[in-house]
Amino acid sequence: MSRLAKGGQIDRSQSVPFSFDGRTLIGHAGDTLASALIANDVKLVARSFKYHRPRGILTAGSEEPNALVGIGTGDQIAPNVRATMQEVYRGLAAHSQNHLGPLAYDLLAVNDLMAPFFGAGFYYKTFMWPKAFWEKIYEPLIRRAAGIGALSGVEDRAAYDKAFAFCDVLVIGAGPAGLMAALVAAKGGADVILVDEDFRMGGRLNADMQEVGGKPGADWAADTVADLAAMDNVRLMPRTTITGAYDGGTFGALQRVSHHIARPGADLPLETFWRIVAKRAILAGGALERPIVFPDNDRPGIMLASGLRSYVNRFAATPGQAVSLFTNNDNAHQTARDLQAAGVRIAAVIDSRADAKISGDFPVLTGASVIATKGRKALRGITVQTASGIRNIETDCLAVSGGWNPSVHLTCHMNGKPVWREDIAAFVPSDGAIPGMIVAGAAGGDFSTHAALKTGAGAAKAVLKDLFGKAPRITLPKAEDAPGAMTPFWHVSGGRGRAWLDLANDVTTKDVVLAHRENFRSVEHLKRYTTLGMAPDQGKLSNLGALAIMAELTGQTIPETGTTIFRPPYTPVAIGALGAHGKHKGFAPERFIPSDALAREQGARFVEAGLWYRPSWFPAGGETHWRQSCDREVNMVRSSVGLCDVTTLGKIDIQGPDAAEFLDRVYANMFSTLKVGRVRYGLMLREDGMVMDDGTSARFSDTHFVMTTTTAAAGQVMTHLDFCAQVLWPELDVQFISVTEQWAQFAVAGPRSREVLAGLCDTAITDEAFPYMSCGEVSIGAVRGRLFRISFSGEHAYEIAVPARYGDALARTLDGAAKALGGGWYGMEALNVLRLEKGFITHAEIHGRVTADDIGMGRMVSAKKDCVGKVMSQRPGLSGPEREQLVALKPVGAVKQFGGGAHLFNEGAPQVRENDQGYVTSHCFSPTLGHPIALAFVKNGHARIGEHIRMKDYMRDIETICEICPPVHLDPEGGKLRG
Amino acid sequence: MVDLIAKSPAAGLLPFVAGGVTLAEIVPDFITSIMPHRDARAAVSAALKAAHGMALPGDGRTSGRAALRAVWTGRGQYFLIGEAAADASLAAVASLSDQRDGWALLTLEGDAAADVLARICPLDLRAGSFRRGDTARTEVAHMMAVVTRSTRGFEIMVMRSFTRTAVAQITGAMRSLAAQGAG
Repeated sequence: MSRLAKGGQIDRSQSVPFSFDGRTLIGHAGDTLASALIANDVKLVARSFKYHRPRGILTAGSEEPNALVGIGTGDQIAPNVRATMQEVYRGLAAHSQNHLGPLAYDLLAVNDLMAPFFGAGFYYKTFMWPKAFWEKIYEPLIRRAAGIGALSGVEDRAAYDKAFAFCDVLVIGAGPAGLMAALVAAKGGADVILVDEDFRMGGRLNADMQEVGGKPGADWAADTVADLAAMDNVRLMPRTTITGAYDGGTFGALQRVSHHIARPGADLPLETFWRIVAKRAILAGGALERPIVFPDNDRPGIMLASGLRSYVNRFAATPGQAVSLFTNNDNAHQTARDLQAAGVRIAAVIDSRADAKISGDFPVLTGASVIATKGRKALRGITVQTASGIRNIETDCLAVSGGWNPSVHLTCHMNGKPVWREDIAAFVPSDGAIPGMIVAGAAGGDFSTHAALKTGAGAAKAVLKDLFGKAPRITLPKAEDAPGAMTPFWHVSGGRGRAWLDLANDVTTKDVVLAHRENFRSVEHLKRYTTLGMAPDQGKLSNLGALAIMAELTGQTIPETGTTIFRPPYTPVAIGALGAHGKHKGFAPERFIPSDALAREQGARFVEAGLWYRPSWFPAGGETHWRQSCDREVNMVRSSVGLCDVTTLGKIDIQGPDAAEFLDRVYANMFSTLKVGRVRYGLMLREDGMVMDDGTSARFSDTHFVMTTTTAAAGQVMTHLDFCAQVLWPELDVQFISVTEQWAQFAVAGPRSREVLAGLCDTAITDEAFPYMSCGEVSIGAVRGRLFRISFSGEHAYEIAVPARYGDALARTLDGAAKALGGGWYGMEALNVLRLEKGFITHAEIHGRVTADDIGMGRMVSAKKDCVGKVMSQRPGLSGPEREQLVALKPVGAVKQFGGGAHLFNEGAPQVRENDQGYVTSHCFSPTLGHPIALAFVKNGHARIGEHIRMKDYMRDIETICEICPPVHLDPEGGKLRG
Repeated sequence: MVDLIAKSPAAGLLPFVAGGVTLAEIVPDFITSIMPHRDARAAVSAALKAAHGMALPGDGRTSGRAALRAVWTGRGQYFLIGEAAADASLAAVASLSDQRDGWALLTLEGDAAADVLARICPLDLRAGSFRRGDTARTEVAHMMAVVTRSTRGFEIMVMRSFTRTAVAQITGAMRSLAAQGAG
């Protein structure tokens, strides 16, 4: 066992059994999967992306490129979970990824032998010929061989959540800088949200042995967290990663809610995606230790020194029994000190600096570098080049430190470019990269604990002064303030074996050299050519190393070479979390009509109309095809009476002294002349002169109209009216409000419609009281309703409206009355046939590219007044024989079929684009006429009634000879409507 | 004579309780929209005060009492909600419209009500930002809504046809939060 006898922030009293590749192991509460694996002597945890190289744990943080595992069982395994972030729990099942056969004997490791062929640009150069091989052979093979975790292809059954939060100050990161910033901001009275991606707040204070305020750093962190937790104005969010910085002080955050819980209930989300809006933000995300690149630097057992300290100090687990260190900086002192304190033997300390001053009870090699390593599945030894020659050292763990890179990532999300600081050989965030954000601590290049506390407090004070004009006095706790000298040392030159830069994507120093040789020298080209930095870790550990090598090759400095742009998310976010609440019915809200329950009882099939669900047809006994139902419903309306829920049509209550004038201006035709108690069909144009919508408006008093719109355009018309009233004519005294939902409205259509209403309404429904195109109030028992004599079917018809709470009851009453007369409900399919037989238009015809003249309503655009769109509709080319005009079609040849969207050609003319004469917009089988009919736009169609034209449907391969007819097939004189 | 039976928007769906939070429906006797004529806001406010004892609320605010309250619902628009319909005297200076059946009124009450709502509504619901009597025309789970902070939580109004989705989304958030142990 590699578990140390004492120390660490783990609960040894709680043993937690878990499994890795089916093997049961024991961890402790407080362990991550990575620390528990280390404690159980597991070194090999993964196979690399491309070459299937054996890989171990490199870090102890979210930047981990190697130790990605699958978590879960069966078809519910979450891939690519960082073992370094996953907490162990009882029964946790972890699986290594990306191998064929057992992890230790991965058959795809053969790729590694082929490595000379798999360098950067390999695919582009190799898989070119023969061309046909790409899709069938090369790509499937490459996809099989490359990659990391895979999805099962089965729906993710976990619950996810989404939420919003607001605060005065968002503190990102709960290390010394973040804790201090949160404390000061909270004491200053600000609403504070403190987030940290770790489950235990404290950052490096938990991992490094140092004192803060006279006590161990971890204890100071725990006490500070407890103080913060006790304050009402502080919200602590551990296990939460800020994933992106966006406009307006908005941040995306991913909270891991139940990844650490053994058996979460069905309602407990796995993750919550937050949108946090903060007046100010303090970035205290710390820094990431960077590796030094040397040959064969990817063996299991080679890790970052900061990771090693985390495992030894925080988790009391040592990754090796004879540990060596390779460094270019003074942090090695601390690592060596900590290892000695923990009783771990130090095999050697190798410092690249000739003048390094390190001493201790272990071999020290200065001015030296590691040039080779050995051990396939676990490190066994290293070879060191010193000034005096080559030395082989036996070691099972090599800790590497090449200095620190401030976590500038979030500051790049709004196009901020980090700036180079020569003294620390690193990029730091540029000032004001994110409006309202201040950077503190190591994230800003201030690496000592004292500096972190100081800049954290300073940032909070600045924010408080900014927000409230004052800030409290704070005494900083005492902490270490060593500057930590370092000399940049990026990679070991020469040596045999590949030196790995980007371990997540298997990119080596040679790949960068190759990119340079092939002239992919700009950073963005380098990145895309080699795939460096394009793995899920976004090159957190590799970008700067690659830049340094490219800088050497081009003879430029690192800042001249440039820096790649980090983009959201900081760490990967599951699509399930982004799509939380959106699964299944959550995809879009549903709107239900007042007669929904009745329609479902009667077995109606539904169709979506916007967000509404409308009955499409009502299958009656024995009907197996929608056409049977549709034809029956049409005949029913034509012969007796049909009912249809038309609540979905937009209804807008328009009132005010200038209501009539307002309607005159928004409608193409005149409304001010409409008598009270009457209804008029109206056509509305867009500003550009095209038809926007149609519908009827009823006048209930001099100053009160009710406008109806189509279902589809209800929202658009309301928006348009608002625009007209607020922007175009603010001088008009008019008010309007949607009453779509206030009224449940039903069409009662057919020769026996009046009989249905007679038994219902308390007043007599006569031609005198309710002539065609009239409206008025009626009583249905104690309920006051409205009756409109209007028709969309061509039949004698009404629409009756009651307050929506009575909608279900009225539907059931109408149902009984209609059925007694041989009538019943009809759906959208029958409604469509009824209106096509009558030549009425819908948005299939007024699709946004037609003028009033095109649809035969040119004369409705009143000459006596102006209206929206009138002038523009008079532009040349918007009326006349060159336009495609609305007509009906009927088949006259052997083929009797239409296709929606099919194009029309003159008989004998080649069926090519240049000869296009128009297209079919709607079509149906007319049971009344006994043959199919269609509405279509035909070039100069109004003048071509009686001509033959050929319909060609390329989609459905139908060709039909048609006769051009006037749009109205049924009762063109309108006798049925009025009778 | 035909006797039509009234049905409330959320009939059979509510109340629902989870994690100490309750979602319930209230069915007011009346909702009347009041839209003052041009330049008549002061006159409408005076008429409202005379008839119903409350002035028009400011933007984003409510006035009156629980039994009868005026709620700002948008530019130049107020809803009078409760035991009385808007008095006829208001019709001289404002356009009145019956909205009683157009809306579902849901109450979300309990200590964690704001945390529930924060799952599906992008408002800043902190007590200092959205005070009792504050109201907003906003989004709730992709539906247009009127959200008002009441004494014990929130009143959420959605258009009647959306009731089932609103109930499903809000109760879903309640269940999720209850499973998370609130807050």
